[in-house]
Amino acid sequence: MDKEKLDAYLDPLSGTGYALLTRASRLFNLPRLHSLWYLLFSPACCGIELMQTGGVRTDLDRFGMVFRATPRQSDLMIVGGTVTYKMAERVQLLYRQMAEPRYVIAMGACANCGGLFDRSYAVLKGVDLVVPVDIYIPGCPPRPEALVEGMRRIQSLIKGEDWGRTVRRRRPLEIGEAR
Amino acid sequence: MTEAVHTALRGLFGDRISAPVTLGPSIHATFDPLITRELFTALRDREDLAFHHLSFVSGVDRGDAFEVVYGLDSYRRRDTLLLKARLDRQSPKIASIHDLYEGAGWHERETFDLFGIEFEGHPDLRRLLMPDDWEGFPLRKDYQEAASYHGIPTSRTARTDGRPA
Repeated sequence: MDKEKLDAYLDPLSGTGYALLTRASRLFNLPRLHSLWYLLFSPACCGIELMQTGGVRTDLDRFGMVFRATPRQSDLMIVGGTVTYKMAERVQLLYRQMAEPRYVIAMGACANCGGLFDRSYAVLKGVDLVVPVDIYIPGCPPRPEALVEGMRRIQSLIKGEDWGRTVRRRRPLEIGEAR
Repeated sequence: MTEAVHTALRGLFGDRISAPVTLGPSIHATFDPLITRELFTALRDREDLAFHHLSFVSGVDRGDAFEVVYGLDSYRRRDTLLLKARLDRQSPKIASIHDLYEGAGWHERETFDLFGIEFEGHPDLRRLLMPDDWEGFPLRKDYQEAASYHGIPTSRTARTDGRPA
């Protein structure tokens, strides 16, 4: 294509056409970050705030985020609540069923570090001991605004990724492998 | 109404049950674990006792002994009864009442799970809350938490991969 013809394509006023130049990674990232489907999974009381976040006031739908009932269709897992050792292995199983690229939010004090149950014999001291976590949201429980902030940060994380190259960012953890 | 319970229990079991004391809304008594079956049969079947509802079975670690606690209600007479039995700490055993009060089955399993108290005659005395392969009984006072469970570290400061915390 000679330069004259290309200029004509790029000039919206010329009438011959309209073209937009961008990098392929940015183009593919756009739909990815605006269709962030999250797994409807919450082991404890943060789930109430998670449901409220999907409700009318914060309305996750406007960001293209809808819940899925199966990990196989989900991009994002929000671990909202206390995870016991018995549950920890199930959390890992759910994570392994998700397709790459996959993201994890640790929501609330319990998922971050065990929180209130720091001295418990039965509670996992932070979900990052079994799955890689991208965003940690503090709070007990975090307000819906905080969760929306966390999910917006997942979006900016995706925005910075180079499609086809850096999407598979981390290999899944083996059980007990600390990060 | 509680007077009737006092006299009935002492009349039936004499010294093998302590004199019932009324504390707040409920009657408290300690019984000899050897009379467990007879005691609960009487509590359920006798018209003057009529404790038809078992609300819970639980345990207490007293350090030198274990206690099993039974909470019973009589809806008909509006009485609450708390019964305790002291068990030997080395081999805590007591007869199961799962066939007298069907609700006792899971409560006994839970008490076994957390305290290691054996309920003799229970048809399916497995762990209820903790994983099947869990070691130790976590509500015992001398319980020591393991460093890891299935390779998952039980603390954020102690790492399993050798790297500093």
